[in-house]
Amino acid sequence: MSDGRLLRLVAPLIFGLLVLALWEWAVRHYDIPPYIAPGPMLVFKTLWTDGPSLLGSLWVTLRIAFTALAVAASLSLALAILMSQSRWIEASLLPYAIVLQVTPIVSIAPLIIIWVKDVFLSLLVCAFIVAFFPVLSNTTLGLNSADRGLVDLFRLYGASRWQTLLYLRMPTALPYFLAGLKISGGLALIGAVVAEFVAGSGGVETGLAFRILEAGYRLQIPRLFAALLMLSLTGIAIYFLLDRLAYLLLRNWHESAMPNER
Amino acid sequence: MPPPLLTLADVGKEFANGVEALSGISLSVDPGEFVALVGASGCGKTTLLRLIAGLTEPNSGRVTWSRRDDGRGSRIGYVFQEPTLMPWATVSGNVYLPLRLQGVSRRAAEPRIRDVLAQVGLSDFADAYSRQLSGGMRMRASIARALVTDPDILLLDEPFAALDELTRFKLNEDLLRLWRTRRLTILFVTHSVFESVFLATRVVVMSSRPGRIAAELPIGFAGERDAVLRTTAEYGRTCHDVSQRLATASGVAA
Repeated sequence: MSDGRLLRLVAPLIFGLLVLALWEWAVRHYDIPPYIAPGPMLVFKTLWTDGPSLLGSLWVTLRIAFTALAVAASLSLALAILMSQSRWIEASLLPYAIVLQVTPIVSIAPLIIIWVKDVFLSLLVCAFIVAFFPVLSNTTLGLNSADRGLVDLFRLYGASRWQTLLYLRMPTALPYFLAGLKISGGLALIGAVVAEFVAGSGGVETGLAFRILEAGYRLQIPRLFAALLMLSLTGIAIYFLLDRLAYLLLRNWHESAMPNER
Repeated sequence: MPPPLLTLADVGKEFANGVEALSGISLSVDPGEFVALVGASGCGKTTLLRLIAGLTEPNSGRVTWSRRDDGRGSRIGYVFQEPTLMPWATVSGNVYLPLRLQGVSRRAAEPRIRDVLAQVGLSDFADAYSRQLSGGMRMRASIARALVTDPDILLLDEPFAALDELTRFKLNEDLLRLWRTRRLTILFVTHSVFESVFLATRVVVMSSRPGRIAAELPIGFAGERDAVLRTTAEYGRTCHDVSQRLATASGVAA
C-alpha cells in the first residue's frame, strides 16, 4: 500500500476515534443522561441489540431509495437522449425540470402523499423527484460534449444520427452520467427519508425515517442515534458502490479513473 | 493520361461572419500524385481540405470527382491535426470505426484492420488505448483509420505539426513508403516548407486573406527521398525557392 493511500485511510480513522473518545469522556465526565446524549459505547450497544429490528426498516428505506434511483437514472437518461436529439424538445422541457429541481421536496411532499394513494409509491415519487436532476443535467451536458473532430469524422463517413448517438455521444456522456449517478445515489436516500418524515408513517411497513421519529417521540435517544448511524453507513455504502461502478466502467480510458503517475 | 481524380473550379468560400476564406481556387489532383499545400497559418488551408471532404460547402465554384461516386464517405481518408481517437476504444476499435459505420461486421473487418495496423507499425498495439500511446503512435493509429476504407484520396491536415522533429521525420518517411506501396493519392496540408518539399511531387503555395493559389511547383529529385536528401544542396535550393514564393504570397519580406 502506498503512503498516500495509507494516509487517506489512517488519518480519518485516528481523527474519528479521537472525537468518539472525547465524546464518551464528556458524556461520562459531565454525567449527561442518555436521553439527552448517549455516549458512543451505548449507541454501538443499542445498534447491536436493536439492530435486527431496525434492519427490516432499513430494507424498506433502501428499497425506496434504490427503486427511485433506478427509475431516476433510466428516465433521466431517456429524457437526456430525447433532448439531445432536438433543440425544441430541450428548450421546452428543461425549464420545467429545473423548476421541479429547485422546489423544495418538503413543500410538495404533502401534496404527493395526498394524490398518490399507495404509501410506498408516494415515497418513491418524492425520492425520484430529488434524485433525477443530477443525472439529467450531467447526461445532457455529456451528450453535447462530443469532441468536434470526432463529430466531423462521423459526418465524413456518413454516420446516421443513431450511429452518432450510439458510438460517439453515449460513450462521451458515460463519465458525466456516472458522476450524476453518484450525486443522485445520496439524494435518493435523502429523498426517501424526507418523504417518510413528511408522511409521518410508512404505511404497513415502516422505514428507517419513521423509526427515527418514533424513537424521538419516545425519548429513546440511543436508538435514535443507532438508526441515524445506520442511515449514514447506508449513505456511505451507496456512495462507494456507485464510485466502484464508475471506476470499473471507466478504468480503461477515462482520466478520472487513472492513478496519479506524476 | 487519366482524367484528374479531383478538380476544383474557381472555388470560393465565405464564412457566416463575412470573412472571405478562399477565393478563386482552381486545382486538380491526378491519381497517384502527392500534392502538398503550403501556406501561412490562417490562409484557409484547413477550410479548403474540409471543402474537398464535404464537411463544408463552397459559396461559389465546383468540386468535382472523376468517379461516379460523389467523393464523400469512404472515398476519402481524412487525418486531422489532432489524432482524434475515441479514448474509450482500443486502437483496433478506432481503426474499425469507418468500417463499422458502413455496416461491416467486426469479423469481416478484422483482416483489414490487422493489415493497416501492420503497415503503420502498430501491430503490437492493437489492444492499447490511446492514452497509452505516444503522440507519434496516436498519429499512426489515425493514419491507419484513414487507410482502412482504401480511400481514393488521403487528405492530411498538418498531421505532424505537434510532434517532435525526430518523430516527424520518421513519420514523413513512413508516409512516403505508404504512398509508394499502396499507390495512394495524397493531399497534404502543412505550414512547413521543408516538409512539403521532402514529401510532395507538387507543391501548391497559398496566399492569405483570402486564400488563393499563388504558385504551383513540381518537385523532383534525382535520388531517393530519405534522410540523405535532407542534406543535399538540391533539396536546400528547392526549399529556398518555395520559401521565397511563400514569403511573397504571404506579403512578408524574405
